[in-house]
Amino acid sequence: METKEKKPLEKVCIICAKGNLEDVYASLVMANGAVMEGIETNLFFTFFGLEGITKKSMKHLHTATTGNPAMKIPGGLPFPTMLGGLPGVESAVSSMMRKQMDELGMPPVDEFLEMITAGGGTIYACKLAVDMFKLKKEDLSDEVKDIITIGEFYELCDGDRTQIIFT
Amino acid sequence: MDAKTIAGVAVKVTEDGYLEDMTQWNQEIAKEIAKELNIELTDKHFEVINYLRDRTIAKEALTIRSVGKSGIVDIKQLYELFPKGPLKFSSKIAGIPKPTSCI
Repeated sequence: METKEKKPLEKVCIICAKGNLEDVYASLVMANGAVMEGIETNLFFTFFGLEGITKKSMKHLHTATTGNPAMKIPGGLPFPTMLGGLPGVESAVSSMMRKQMDELGMPPVDEFLEMITAGGGTIYACKLAVDMFKLKKEDLSDEVKDIITIGEFYELCDGDRTQIIFT
Repeated sequence: MDAKTIAGVAVKVTEDGYLEDMTQWNQEIAKEIAKELNIELTDKHFEVINYLRDRTIAKEALTIRSVGKSGIVDIKQLYELFPKGPLKFSSKIAGIPKPTSCI
């Protein structure tokens, strides 16, 4: 017999492992969206994803201008890879992208993290990656609750209506 | 589209329970919808609701961020007023369409 009972998602655990502007924002949008839907949310930053919660870098995230075949110049023509490698280009393109996101009402990273925790979402940093990059708790955003191991992360992922999302 | 009687008024609602026509809304309807969501409305709730209605009439896209910058509540307070649905539940109670924003 077909059942129509809905089983809504109760918890998401999102892993952000990359430090590109678009990768960090993908995690932030998904985490904030989950919090807004009343879904319990854990957001775990690891490896280069730590850029997104490191005070020094989180407001200056870059998008890759080389090795990114989807990159276009304004007007829609492909962005030449050779051009993307010139000094300053990545920085300029990234700042242009951040400006466009701002015009669309997308918050900067630090404010986005605050929005997630304001709604009850929890943000963690990966211990192994923090050690590897020689970071300390005070280098990270104040919104980061704790530095935890992968084992502790999995403990947070209990429940049969929980999904782990790796971005 | 469904017809429904809320607080003695016959209104049209969407499948998700949002009012089809925001002009059919009144405070009693708001209280009734809020009750279904287990929310007891206070003056602060109505300040937010009226803000959302004004912005909707002005055809502005609503985000929790814009409500947080409205000067009425910050985002944390917005979550406290409308637990588990800061924009969804507040919009439903305000009689405005389901929010289409991702932020």
